[in-house]
Amino acid sequence: MIKTDALIIGAGPTGLFTAHQLKLIGLNCEVVDNLDKIGGQCIELYPDKPIYDIPAVPECTGEELTNNLINQLKPFDIKFHLSERVDEVKKNNGNWNVKTNKGTEFDTPNIIIAGGVGSFEPRKFNPKECEKFENTSIFYSVKDKSIFKGKIVSIFGGGDSALDWAIELSKDSKVNLIHRRDEFRGAQSTLDKVYELQKKGTINLYTKYQLKNVSGSNKLESVDIIHDNKENKTLKTDFVLGFFGLIMQLGPIANWGLNLDKKTINVDTEKFETNQKGIYAVGDICTYPGKLKLILSGFHEGALAARACFKLARPNEKYRFEFTTTSTNLLKRLGKKE
Amino acid sequence: MAKITYIEHTGKSYTINVENGLTVMEGAVQNDIPGIDADCGGGMACATCHVYVKEDWFNKVPSKTEGEDDMLDQAYEPKTNSRLSCQLVITDELDGLIVNLPEKQV
Repeated sequence: MIKTDALIIGAGPTGLFTAHQLKLIGLNCEVVDNLDKIGGQCIELYPDKPIYDIPAVPECTGEELTNNLINQLKPFDIKFHLSERVDEVKKNNGNWNVKTNKGTEFDTPNIIIAGGVGSFEPRKFNPKECEKFENTSIFYSVKDKSIFKGKIVSIFGGGDSALDWAIELSKDSKVNLIHRRDEFRGAQSTLDKVYELQKKGTINLYTKYQLKNVSGSNKLESVDIIHDNKENKTLKTDFVLGFFGLIMQLGPIANWGLNLDKKTINVDTEKFETNQKGIYAVGDICTYPGKLKLILSGFHEGALAARACFKLARPNEKYRFEFTTTSTNLLKRLGKKE
Repeated sequence: MAKITYIEHTGKSYTINVENGLTVMEGAVQNDIPGIDADCGGGMACATCHVYVKEDWFNKVPSKTEGEDDMLDQAYEPKTNSRLSCQLVITDELDGLIVNLPEKQV
């Protein structure tokens, strides 16, 4: 169990600057993010796109912004828990008990949700029947490739993940590769390899087909695929892999008893607190009258939520507002003064 | 200016005038038409403004640029007439355009 003054969910720009604000006022914090890297949407969706409305920064890309924010955190010691998703939040002796999908547990008076438009989750197959086989015969990522040995694997998707796994698994399995159109998005060398394996007969390629349904009683037995021209095919298969990229969903946050407005969380504009004491929401995921989904708004919201955290984390101390230009305390924390 | 009709999965339809230069996505978002999320704000970086363009209109709308089909691979139930509505810039020629919205975006 990790004890911390505040837990930040989301390592995008708002989460990063909120961490800065918490550390600056003398609180410790930890950050959890479902992605495997720091930066959130800025890195996952638009690392190369220039942003023009960060105050005092005329132009920077999502990647540059992220790197600058990481640099700004250098004086501080902050633990990041990447590739972890917060699944459970429960009240425990006046504090919040938080659990991630990897089993990490936190005990904290403050949770700051800086989750953007939610967590990035794999896009799943549409037919309802697929849920029955999920994690037994149908997967959206590969954890243990040995289970596919000697089996028939049907891979859906047209990107690098689909192509790479088709090549890799074709060594020991019979592979069907199914994609909704003729073109694939992957490195030319990877594509050449796939076509070569198709000629050899170790990969069966089905383009302009999509999954229609899956069938099987106890275990998966076959998939029905449908062509753009409505022609159907049934493929015998033991496993199905879907690689359709990541989509953003509110995910488990929807189950924490917070007042929601579509995919956003209602907060007040003094502390950016939700309807649950000690749980705050900042950045794109929060909403209030006049809310702007700008990075600069997230910075402001994080700064105020951090001050609100102080009251719960240090109930017997008084928070004093200080400037980084003049405060000895702050300059010490920033490593600028002994 | 073009009159654009958005038809929800349930059949409910909305017809509005959208100014030239805006996109079909922006027309929906600015007029509170449900069913288009546009999570990334129009950067062709997600697939949550996905629409189906009626067959007779499909060849008249601006054609796809590189990358749009890659994003559509990640959409919910993409079809041959799928488009990202953030890539459909309004001109007078699009007056009367009808787009159908998918059952959901995510």
